[in-house]
Order: sequence, then structure tokens, then C-alpha cells
Amino acid sequence: MNATAILAAVGTMAAIAAILGGVLGWVATRLRSDPDALVEQIDALLPQTQCAQCRYPGCRPYAEAIANGEADIDRCPPGGETTVRALAALLDREPRPVDPQYGATQPPRVALIDEDRCIGCALCLPACPVDAIVGAQRLMHTVIAAQCTGCELCLAPCPVDCIAMVERAGDQPGRAAA
Amino acid sequence: MTDLLLLAIGASLVNNFVLTQFLGLCPFVGVSRRFEAAAGMALATLFVLTLASGASYAVWHWILEPLGLEYLRTLVFILLIAAVVQVTEMLVRASSPLLHELLGVFLPLITTNCAVLGVALLSLERQHGLVESLVFGAAAAAGFGLALLAFAGLRERLETADVPAAFRGTPLALITAGLMALAFMGFGGLVAR
Repeated sequence: MNATAILAAVGTMAAIAAILGGVLGWVATRLRSDPDALVEQIDALLPQTQCAQCRYPGCRPYAEAIANGEADIDRCPPGGETTVRALAALLDREPRPVDPQYGATQPPRVALIDEDRCIGCALCLPACPVDAIVGAQRLMHTVIAAQCTGCELCLAPCPVDCIAMVERAGDQPGRAAA
Repeated sequence: MTDLLLLAIGASLVNNFVLTQFLGLCPFVGVSRRFEAAAGMALATLFVLTLASGASYAVWHWILEPLGLEYLRTLVFILLIAAVVQVTEMLVRASSPLLHELLGVFLPLITTNCAVLGVALLSLERQHGLVESLVFGAAAAAGFGLALLAFAGLRERLETADVPAAFRGTPLALITAGLMALAFMGFGGLVAR
């Protein structure tokens, strides 16, 4: 095999690779302005409590709804004013107070299990969207405060109402802050 | 027209790439646990295979053959397939993040799905024209999809079946695949090629 043949082969491969690379780059730039990137950005601003107070199953579905224009930015009580302001800046809209119909904005709270009354039924475990409750059948349950998002979803399933929401102590870093 | 129809039946049923020629077994076993994922995989493969088959025809007849670089075909075809798969991945991620998550690593792995390269090389060997190449690629992918969806449906049912412990999981999946291959032998002799 002589040098010309090698050059022709290498040149052809390089040319084909360059053309394919160009096509890939073009497709990538065309798809970058897709709504998904926006969903990701909105999702990153939400508190990730997965509390569903916005009437969507979790933070990401709510982010998708905002991106599609189906929902306004005032539906997130756990995020409160901070989240609304960040969303308004991202989406170039007027900041507004959180709509009280979706729940009251309050200081960050965590669930606390009254361990004397807990019967160890384990019903609150599957309700927790972030697996912050430790426990098993007929064993005491407790809440890992650092993981708890204060979404209140564990209150309803408890048959003995032994879970209370208490204000998060100042020295406890919240999940959102971590 | 009849020729194309026969070609399509031949590539999808009689010489089914998965169950008769045993190409593309990796996604066949890997993505058949859930029906939705299997359906997505079948669609993505249909897209990739048809496009890759047409593209390799074009590159072969308009670049490699005139330049006398036939020996580069395997390398160039793999390059083409990788590029088409990348485009598909970007499209899937943009159109359905859920499907993207379901398919996971198996989407980029279409690159190494030997059925895709097999179709390109076989198509070349049989001296198909452009239209024939496209039909051959689409039919092969349809056959792959049919086998994959049937297999996924069977596996979903087997999940709830009471199976002896020794057969649970992969062994049963492989036995099922073998039985399906036997069943597909029934198509043998349906068309000449």
C-alpha cells in the first residue's frame, strides 16, 4: 500500500467524521432551546419538598406546568416569597405573594413523632416523599430532622395523630439549605 | 412492489434478526422487562435502523466505492451508526425525558446493537438499491420490534407467575426467547429469501 492510498483513506475518514460532527453539533444547538432546559431551571429553584400543596404530584410536575404556562408561580407555600421572587426573575414576570388557597407560608417546620404515643404501625413510612422517617412494624418511629422537608404528608395517615409539626430549630440545617 | 413486500416480509418475519439470525440480543434481553420501555426501544431502533441503512447505502455507493476504499466499510458504518444514535438520543431526550430515563443506557447502546451493523452489511452484500436498503432496514427493525414487544409482554406476565426458584429471572427469559425462536421457525419457507 502506498502513501497516496493511506492519505486517501485517512482523508476520507476525517471528512466523514467532520461532516457527521457538524450535523451533530447543529442538531444539538437546535434542540438546546427546547422547553426541557427551562423545566430543569425552574425545578432547581423549587424547594423539592414534594409536598404537593401546589396540587401537582411533586416539584418537577409543577415545574413542567409552569414551563408550559399551565400554572402560575404563586403556588409554592414552602418556598414562600424567596422562591416566587427567584421564579419571577427567571421567567421575567412580576413577583407576587403566594396564593393562600394553596396553604399558608410559614417558617420552616419539621415533623416530630410523639414517641410515647406511636404504636409502630409503619403507615407514615410510605407517605414520606423523602424517606425521612425511620421505623418498622411494631418498632418506634422517628423523624430524621435534617431530611424532613416539612411537607405534612405524614400527618394524615397516622391513626393515633402522634405526629406534630414543630418549628425547625435555628441550628438545624434544612434539606433545602444542605 | 411485490419484490419490496417480499423483502419486507423476509427481513421482518422469516429471517427475523433477533430470533432467527440471533443479532441484537443485548437490547432484546436488556430492555424487555417493561412493555413501555420495550415500545420506546422498538421505535428508537426503527428510526436508527432505517436511517443508518439509508446512510450507509449512500456512503458506500457515493463515497467508498468510487474512491476504492471498500475496506473501510466496517469502520465508516460504525461511525455512521454512532452519529445516527446520537441524533436519536438528543431527539428522545428533547421529546420525552421519561422515555429517556426508561431506556437509560440502552439508548446509546443501540450503537453496539449488532443488528444495525448487520443490516447495513447484509444489505450491501445483497446489492440492494437505495429504496431496497431503506425497506430492508425498516423491515428488519419492525421484526426486531415485534419480537421485542412480544417478549416484553410475555415477561411482564411471567413476573406474576409462580415459577420454580431455579428458573426465576434470566433463565426463564432465555427459555422464553428460545421458545419464541422455535415459534418463529414456523415462518420458514414463507418467502424464498
